[in-house]
Amino acid sequence: MPVAARARLVLAAATSVVLVATGCSSGGGGGGSGSSDAGKTFSYQSSEPQNPLQPANANEVGGGRIIQNLFKGLVDYDPSTAKIRMQVADKIDTSDSQTFNVTLKDGWKFHDGTPVHAKNFVDAWNWGANPANNQINSSWFSDIEGYQDVHPAGGKPASDKMSGLTVTDDLHFTVKLSHKVSYFEYKLGYIAFSPLPDGFFKDPAGYGQKPVGNGPYQFVSWSHNTEVVTKTFPDYQGVDKPKNGGIVFKMYTTSEAAYADLQSSNLDVMDQVPPSALANYKNDLGDRAIDAPQGAIQNIGFTLYQGDWSSPDKAKVRQGLSMAIDRDVITKTVLQGSRKPATAWVAEGVEGYKDGACGDFCKFDPARAKQLIQDGGGVPGNKLLITYNADGGHKEWVDAVCNSIRQNTGVDCLGDPKPDFKAARAAITSHQLNGAFRTGWVQDYPLNANFLSDVYRTGAASNDFGYSNAQFDDAATKADEAASVADTVSGYQQAEAVLPSGMPAIPLWYYRTNSGYSTKVQNVKFDSFGNPAWTQVEVKG
Amino acid sequence: MGSYVLRRVLQMIPVFFGTTLLIFVMVYTLPGDPVTALFGEKAADPAVVASIKHKYFLDQPLWKQYLHYMGNLFQGDFGTSFTGRPVSDIMAGAFPVTIRLALLAFVFEMILGLALGMLSGLRRGSVQDTLVLVLTLMVISIPVFVLAYIAQTVFATNLGWVTPTVQDSYDLSQLVLPAVVLGSLSLAYVARLTRTSIGENLRADYMRTAVAKGLPRRTIVLRHLLRNSLIPVITFLGTDLGALMGGAIVTEGIFNVQGIGNVLYRAINTKEGPTVVGIVTVLVIIYLVASLLVDLLYAVLDPRIRYA
Repeated sequence: MPVAARARLVLAAATSVVLVATGCSSGGGGGGSGSSDAGKTFSYQSSEPQNPLQPANANEVGGGRIIQNLFKGLVDYDPSTAKIRMQVADKIDTSDSQTFNVTLKDGWKFHDGTPVHAKNFVDAWNWGANPANNQINSSWFSDIEGYQDVHPAGGKPASDKMSGLTVTDDLHFTVKLSHKVSYFEYKLGYIAFSPLPDGFFKDPAGYGQKPVGNGPYQFVSWSHNTEVVTKTFPDYQGVDKPKNGGIVFKMYTTSEAAYADLQSSNLDVMDQVPPSALANYKNDLGDRAIDAPQGAIQNIGFTLYQGDWSSPDKAKVRQGLSMAIDRDVITKTVLQGSRKPATAWVAEGVEGYKDGACGDFCKFDPARAKQLIQDGGGVPGNKLLITYNADGGHKEWVDAVCNSIRQNTGVDCLGDPKPDFKAARAAITSHQLNGAFRTGWVQDYPLNANFLSDVYRTGAASNDFGYSNAQFDDAATKADEAASVADTVSGYQQAEAVLPSGMPAIPLWYYRTNSGYSTKVQNVKFDSFGNPAWTQVEVKG
Repeated sequence: MGSYVLRRVLQMIPVFFGTTLLIFVMVYTLPGDPVTALFGEKAADPAVVASIKHKYFLDQPLWKQYLHYMGNLFQGDFGTSFTGRPVSDIMAGAFPVTIRLALLAFVFEMILGLALGMLSGLRRGSVQDTLVLVLTLMVISIPVFVLAYIAQTVFATNLGWVTPTVQDSYDLSQLVLPAVVLGSLSLAYVARLTRTSIGENLRADYMRTAVAKGLPRRTIVLRHLLRNSLIPVITFLGTDLGALMGGAIVTEGIFNVQGIGNVLYRAINTKEGPTVVGIVTVLVIIYLVASLLVDLLYAVLDPRIRYA
C-alpha cells in the first residue's frame, strides 16, 4: 500500500466519526494469560471506510482492515514471520515465472454457502480490472495478460475478460502474465485478489454495503460512522481458525478518544496510540503495550527531474545531506522512539531486507557530510525546501531534520508545508517542486521488490523523483525474470545496491506499531502491516 | 405579522441560493483533486479517475456541476458521497445526534445561565455575584478542548461515572457530559449578559413604579424585570443555537460523538462537494429559522414591538 496508507491513516484518524456500544462487561485484571472464551467478540479501532466494501476498492485502512477479515485470497502472509502461506490455494506452480497454474483446496465456502471455485477468482479479477466499475485497486491486475484490452489508458475497453485468465475446472485455473514476474504469488496476498461470490456480480453496490466473502469473519452489520460488526464464520477453512467470536470495528474520530476508551477497556485493541501518549503509553499499559516493527519506511525524495538536481554530481550533495541527519537523536527525541533509524531502502522485517544497504551514507557524520556537499557543488542556492503535508503530523520531524542539516552543513533548510495530503500529492506528482519532499512506502506485500520496483524503476507509478538508472532497471528486470522467489530477492538486493550512488531518496527511518490492548483480551500480536493477528486474539472468559 | 413572516421566508430564498453557490465554489477551489486523492500515494489510474469523475459529474465545468446539483436538489436528491451512500442518508444519521447534543447544551446554558445571571444581577456586589463573575471568567478564558479533556479525565478516568467517550450517540444520557462542555462557554456569556441587562433595568423608571405600586417581588422580577431584560439574551441564544450545531466539531471529536461536525470535517478533508454543500445548506436554513424565531419572540417579550 501506498505511502498513502500512513498519511491516510493519520488523516482518517483525524477525520472520521463515531460511536458505539459493544455491550460488554468489564474485564479482569492485568496482563497475564488466563482462560479465554472463543465465542466473545473484541473491538478494534477503525475509521469509516471511504469506499464501498469491495476488495478491489479498498486501499485505505478503514475499509482495508475490514475487507481483509471478510475475504481470504489464494495466499496470505504469516503474521509472525511475514512469509507467504497458502490459504484457498493448494499450490501455485510455475515453470517460467510467467504462467502460473493455480490449484484450489476443495471445501472452501463463501458466507452465503456457495463454494469458492476457480471462476470466483477469475470473475472477480476481471470485474476489478474493468474501469467501468471504478475500482481503486484495478491497476493491481496490470501484470495479467489482456489487461490492456479490459483497461485501456483511454477509450472503450475491447473486452471485459483478461485473456491471461483461464478456468480449467472448478478447482484449477491458470494465470498468464504479460511479462515475467517471478514473485507474482506474493502479490496475490493483496486483498484486491480476493474471490467474489456469484451473487456479487448481480448487485455490486448492494454487496459493497453488505459484503459476502470467504474469510474467517462474516459480515453482520454496518452502522455508518459507528461500527461494523462481524462474527466468526464457522465453515472457515483457512489455516488460521479464529480463537474469538468476531471483531467489532468501532469508528473513532481521533486516536486520543480511542486511547481514552482503551485505557478504560471500552475498546480492546487499537491501531496506533496518539502522539500525545507516545511518551507514556508503556507506563500506562504495562505489559499490554505493543512496540512492533512495521514494513514501512519514511524517506526524503528529491526532484531529480529539475535541472538543479539532475546532474550526476548532485548525488554527492544528496549523500552529504543524508549524512548530516542525526537519525538516532531525532527518532529518540522528536519521534519518541516511534521510529527506528533506517539503514536501507527496504524496511526491516521484509523478505529481502538487507541491513546497511545504504552504507555509510545513512550514518551521521557531519564532517564528511560537509565535504560531500562541497564536492557536489553545494545545494542549489544553498537553500533546501522539504515539502510535506501539514495534516499528517510531519512538521516536528521535518523541522528537526532541517535543524540537523542546517547546524551540520550550513545549508539553509526549511520545511515547506502544504495544507493537506491532497495538496502535497498534487504538487509532487505534477512535478512542480524543486528540492526535496517527504515521501515513503508502506509495503503492499512483504517482499523487497515492492519497496524497489514500484518506487525507483524508470517510469514506475510511484517514482515521483524522476529517477532513472539503467543499472537499477536491468537488475530489477533480471530479478523479475528469476526462476525462484529466492533469486528474485537477491536480484533486488543487487538493484538496491545501485541506489547509494544516485541517492534519489534519503532513507530516514522505519515505522513501528506503537499500540496496546485492553484488560479484556490477550495474545495480541501485530504483524508487519501494522495489523493485529486478528484470528489469534483471545477474549478473556 | 403574517406578511412579515412571509417576507422573511421569501428573503431566505436568495440567501439559500447564495450560500449553496458560495459553498460550492469554495469546495471546488480547495487545493488538490479529490478523486486522485482516493488513490493515496499510489499513482492514480487515469482510466479509473476519468470514470469516477464522470460518475460524480466532476468532469463538467463548475457552473454545470452547480446546475446539475441544484436540479437534483429540487427533486430531493442531495447527491452521493464517495462511499456510495446518499448524502441524505448521511445527514439523516448525523443531524439527529447533533440536534440532540445542541439542544441539550442549549437547555443547559439557558436554564443555568439565566439562573446564575439573575442570582448575580439581583445581588450586585454580593459574594454570589463575585463568585459567578469569577467562574464565568474562568470558563470564557479556557479553550473548549481543555475543558473537554478535563471533564473526560475527571468524570470518566478518575471518578468512573461515565465512559470516556460516548458509546451510543443516540443515547441522551451519554450526551450530557459533551453537552455541558459544549454549552459551557455560552453559559458564561448568557450569565454575564443577563447580569448586565438586569442591572440596567433595575434602575429603570418602570421598576421604581412597580415597586411603588406595592407589587409582590416575585411579580416584579419575573413579569417586569426579567421580561424586559431578556431581549439581548434571546438574541444571543437564538444565534447561538446555530453556532452550537456548527461549532460542535471539537467536542464531537474528543467525545467521539457521531454528529454533523465530524461528518462535515471529514467531508471537507476529502473534498466531497455534495456532502459539504448539503450539510452547510441545512445548517444555514436552521440558522435562518432560528433568527426568524428570535425576531418573532421580541414581539412577545415587548408588546411595543409590532411587525406589520
